[in-house]
Amino acid sequence: MMRETATDESRCVIRAKELSKVYREGTTELRALQGVDLEIRSGELTLLMGPSGSGKTTLLSILGCILRASGGTLELLGEMVSALPERELPRIRREAIGFVFQGFNLFPTLTAGENVELALDVRGVRGTAARRRAEELLAEVGLGEKLRAFPADLSGGQKQRVAIARSLAGDPPILLADEPTAALDWTSGRAVIELLQRLAREKGRAVVMVTHDPRVLSFGDRIVHLEDGRMVREEGASGHSGDVSMLLGTGMDPLLSTNTGRMSYEAL
Amino acid sequence: MGLLARRNLFHDRVRFAVTLTGIVFALVLIIIQFGLFLGFTTTTSNNIDHSGADVWIVFHGVGYFDTGRNFSERKYYQVLAVPGVQQAEKYMQAFGRWKRPDGRIENIQVIGFHPGSRLGEPWNVVAGNLSDVKQEDAVLVHDLYREKLGVAKIGDRVEIGERRARVVGFTHGIRSFTTSPFVYTSFKNSLDYTNPASAENSTAYVLVKAAPGVAPRELQQRLRERLTDVDVYTTAEFSRRTRFYWMFTTGAGLAVLTAALMGLVVGIAVVAQTIYAATMDHIREYGTLKAMGATNRYLYRVLIEQAVWSAVLGYGLAMVVAHFIVQASEKGGALILMPVSMEIGMLFLAVAMCVMAALVSINKVTRLDPAMVFRG
Repeated sequence: MMRETATDESRCVIRAKELSKVYREGTTELRALQGVDLEIRSGELTLLMGPSGSGKTTLLSILGCILRASGGTLELLGEMVSALPERELPRIRREAIGFVFQGFNLFPTLTAGENVELALDVRGVRGTAARRRAEELLAEVGLGEKLRAFPADLSGGQKQRVAIARSLAGDPPILLADEPTAALDWTSGRAVIELLQRLAREKGRAVVMVTHDPRVLSFGDRIVHLEDGRMVREEGASGHSGDVSMLLGTGMDPLLSTNTGRMSYEAL
Repeated sequence: MGLLARRNLFHDRVRFAVTLTGIVFALVLIIIQFGLFLGFTTTTSNNIDHSGADVWIVFHGVGYFDTGRNFSERKYYQVLAVPGVQQAEKYMQAFGRWKRPDGRIENIQVIGFHPGSRLGEPWNVVAGNLSDVKQEDAVLVHDLYREKLGVAKIGDRVEIGERRARVVGFTHGIRSFTTSPFVYTSFKNSLDYTNPASAENSTAYVLVKAAPGVAPRELQQRLRERLTDVDVYTTAEFSRRTRFYWMFTTGAGLAVLTAALMGLVVGIAVVAQTIYAATMDHIREYGTLKAMGATNRYLYRVLIEQAVWSAVLGYGLAMVVAHFIVQASEKGGALILMPVSMEIGMLFLAVAMCVMAALVSINKVTRLDPAMVFRG
């Protein structure tokens, strides 16, 4: 037991304590996050779930050093980033984090290869080295032949895989994905989630994914539930198998069928 | 970063065309206005700058070239007696009445000089010989004013101040800033044409050449000590005073400079608007770059590179247009000059204008919240 705890400790890449976020507009205050304690470990795909407005994206933004927390502490790879000045955060994002967005956010005027090269360029990798690395990354996500294709010529799933290749440009230990399957059909979405799962389990990255999609639950190693800005539950992959109670209160209105003894959901 | 800058810029060809049009319009406007300004200033002081003299003696209180006022030619002999004077020549400038062969009257500026003296002689004689001016009643006129003066060729006869005159040649590139063309003749003839009553004993200017080793300033000082009732200027001073009078005292220069400034402002506004619109079109991409860890400096470089590309391409097109206009101006009423220094300066101005225009976009990107990438 002690040995397992030590292993978990060594795999911990993000440690958040008492995180809170308050948005103020005039005299109005909105508490988006309250007292969130969370540890994210390498080699795991962690799913952040919860109804709209529960604080998932706010939490992801804070974990990604894009947003500053109003309170609490955040430690990334042993560095207390919540104490760092604002100007240091781009460096943390470049060195430690890769982002995958719901809307892909690819640059439409650049080819798939150039999109990946741009992420390398931001990190100071240019020229032949960047081109070669972009080819490798696209091959890694199964799009080696789409190097010169523009985003407009790619399917949604291909675009998201290009975005994942781009997120890997800095070889980050942490990948943060904001509903990466939301804009995709299930076949494409499944390919994307499998890719993220592989990046976690085989490449040892810590992958955190915000999702509304109940079909992806079985892929997660851990599932963190948020409601009203609070973490209400955290479960391992085995904890949700056949257990539908975990979705109650998420506001997702799932259609549920358990005819195979395994859960499957179709969001309305 | 360079690739992104170029792709963003050239991707929307219509917008890029609008951007280039704005830059070309602004630059051509600025070139024309500054070119006019240069043309005006050069024109106003042309006779002084090409006089070959080191020092000008003028009637006391005469501030610029076109209002020459006669004074006694005794000053001329006093000048010759001053140590350090190598050569001095009497020189006339006065307005006269030119009677065309068809009887119409035109105002002219009569310039009288001593042919062969190399002081105050017209230059760029494109038809006829300068030495022919020594002949009685001989005059040289600018080829641009043939029609205005009603003459077409050497040998045409007219009247100036009711005295006969005969065209013996044509000059080129010696325009008058006033509406009265310059007509060059011998000093002796000029007195007859403009002021027959006081002929032989007066002059409007005395042009002085300093002896070798004597600086114009030094000679000016010596002349000032010995002459009364006249002003003594170095050629550079008199040229500057004349240009200043026409450009700023009359307001003509201010008008063209203001127009040039307006061109700059319009150019900045047009380019700023188009670059800003392009930035807003790609704002989510800039947010993505920020989220990926791109520094503000990285984003500035993307925007500035776009601005520099716009400037260089706009400059190239503007130069083509401007050269056509400058060439056309040589046959027109107003001279537009575009020296090489101005061409080079315009490139820097174009880049500065476009970079300034990009500041609005830079400000927008600086304030951009990368968290926008998580919003729908």
